[in-house]
Amino acid sequence: MTRKMMLLGAAGLVAATGAAQAQSDTSGMRIALSNNYAGNSWRQAMLQTWQETAEEAVSEGVVAAADAYTTSENQATEQAAQIQNMILQGYDAIVVNAASPTALNGAIAEACNAGLTVVSFDGIVTEPCAWRIAVDFEQMGREQVAYLAEQLPEGGNLLEIRGLAGVFVDEAISAGVHDGVAQNDQFEIVGSVNGDWAQDVAQKAVSGVLPSLPEIAGVVTQGGDGYGAAQAFEAAGRDTPLIILGNRQDELEWWAEQRDANGYETLSLSIAPGVASLAFWVTQQILAGEDVPKDLTVPFLTITQDDLDQALADTPEGSVANVSYSREDAQQVISDAR
Amino acid sequence: MNVIARHRIILPVVSLAVLLAATFWLQPRAMSYFGLNLLFNLAVPIALATIAQMLIIMVNDIDLSVGAFVSLAACVTATILNDTPALGVLVLALMVAGYAAMGVVIHRLELPAIVVTLGMSFIWGGLALFVLPSPGGTSPGWLRTLMTVKPPLIPAAVLAALLIGGITHLMIMRSGLGTVLRGVGGNTRSVARAGWSVTRLKALAYGLAGFFGVLSGMALVGLTTSADANIALRYTLLSIAGVILGGGEFTGGKISPVGAVIGALTLTLAASFLSFLRLSPDWQIGAQGAILILVLTARLLFNRKGVAA
Repeated sequence: MTRKMMLLGAAGLVAATGAAQAQSDTSGMRIALSNNYAGNSWRQAMLQTWQETAEEAVSEGVVAAADAYTTSENQATEQAAQIQNMILQGYDAIVVNAASPTALNGAIAEACNAGLTVVSFDGIVTEPCAWRIAVDFEQMGREQVAYLAEQLPEGGNLLEIRGLAGVFVDEAISAGVHDGVAQNDQFEIVGSVNGDWAQDVAQKAVSGVLPSLPEIAGVVTQGGDGYGAAQAFEAAGRDTPLIILGNRQDELEWWAEQRDANGYETLSLSIAPGVASLAFWVTQQILAGEDVPKDLTVPFLTITQDDLDQALADTPEGSVANVSYSREDAQQVISDAR
Repeated sequence: MNVIARHRIILPVVSLAVLLAATFWLQPRAMSYFGLNLLFNLAVPIALATIAQMLIIMVNDIDLSVGAFVSLAACVTATILNDTPALGVLVLALMVAGYAAMGVVIHRLELPAIVVTLGMSFIWGGLALFVLPSPGGTSPGWLRTLMTVKPPLIPAAVLAALLIGGITHLMIMRSGLGTVLRGVGGNTRSVARAGWSVTRLKALAYGLAGFFGVLSGMALVGLTTSADANIALRYTLLSIAGVILGGGEFTGGKISPVGAVIGALTLTLAASFLSFLRLSPDWQIGAQGAILILVLTARLLFNRKGVAA
């Protein structure tokens, strides 16, 4: 470490401490998580991360409590009542993963009027007084094509695997992919199938379309469909193209096998369920008096060749790669949005 | 017969009082003007939906489309009624007429109400998606004002519950036509012999149910500020539970409007109570069922005793 770097580091430390001192104390404050659904592995991982983050924050005295509540029927009216109960329970802030972007607005306005801070994430709400931590799905599509352009400078044919038809997420990711291809005209999308974010559906759909396709250089995906696509290429006896993956454990396992066998390289990206911990820290920052913009964007969890082994070791079988965000990550997201 | 069996209203009142006392004990903050309003304001649309269901149960039918119908009413309120009030009123009136027509069809063709209303629930649901394909819309300003009004002394939610209970009690239990309507459920044949047109009476009962369903959807939008095609789906089962909890019976004619409102309040309160208890969500839905069974068992026990005495 050179002297200059040390000085810079020291300056950074001073700046960080200065910022921390400017914030007010949140140790007496209580945060509640209002969650609408717990019935899949992503949500289970999300609740798990919330609990871990909350326990640690409470034991360190950052906040007094951070309790999680899940509605039993995934219904908006039920969640609205739950939020109103939280106001009565005297929480200082409510973090919401909403059943409906609009139907909770009345309850959320009640909470804001009662002086509570409301932060929505993943399932966001439109009520203006609440903060929104949203996912930029179009960017997810563009990033895939950008990686392909880096790896395959000469371009080639692409196969696009889409999600469930008619769902907003599918349209957004696909729009991003097409936008990326428009910017990198060495690529051409020669086929498009719906994989419904499921390995078996993707495998069937890709198998069906493969015989009619020319040589494929890359496959852009939406998550949960990469492993199925790889199986389809293998079954058809064709060379495995560069398939972008979506952080599922089976995809990562396949990737590691391929890497060990023939040095296969790719990229895997998706939204981590740990976004709940990001929401927690953003809320803590707002409570601490930080000036936070109302609209924030969730960073993607990207797994590269270098972190593959670590990610695979950390991801339970049948689950999805996860990451827990820290207070510093939240501060980064906030300053990026400014 | 003992007192409790004769006055079927006593048990619902006692259940609500016990639950309310337990909630206040757990969460003293709820024991205030502000607290009572937060606790009960979402019970107002449920109470209206429960009255709609009660009117159907009164004529010895059952309605599985209340939730979808209230959702549709909410979607219409948040879109058409807000943009072009005259057209909105017309659409809502047509929906009430549609409900009355449904009653006529069920009676004339002797179709089981449970099947017709189940089928209609998909039609209402489809129309709701047609009116509002993605969640949104805006509550008309006057409706939002009405639902968030802060009257002196009594919280708006409690006042609304008293009004709904009082008005429907006068309408169904005290008026002559109300008595005949209850008679349709109790003994259709004798009402017909007395010279009444049962078809018209059924159309009236269903039409009234449609009217309260529309009110429920409007009240809901006034509270939530915007709608969603699936917003009130769980009202179907909640409303049936509310009627029964409030002292009504499936045998037709045996209903209590005040009890139905109390039943709706009790169900809403039960959910809040369990939430204050910090019960895990996996157990909550079961615990809600347990409360329901507990109250019904108590009623049965008292009724048996009454018969034995």
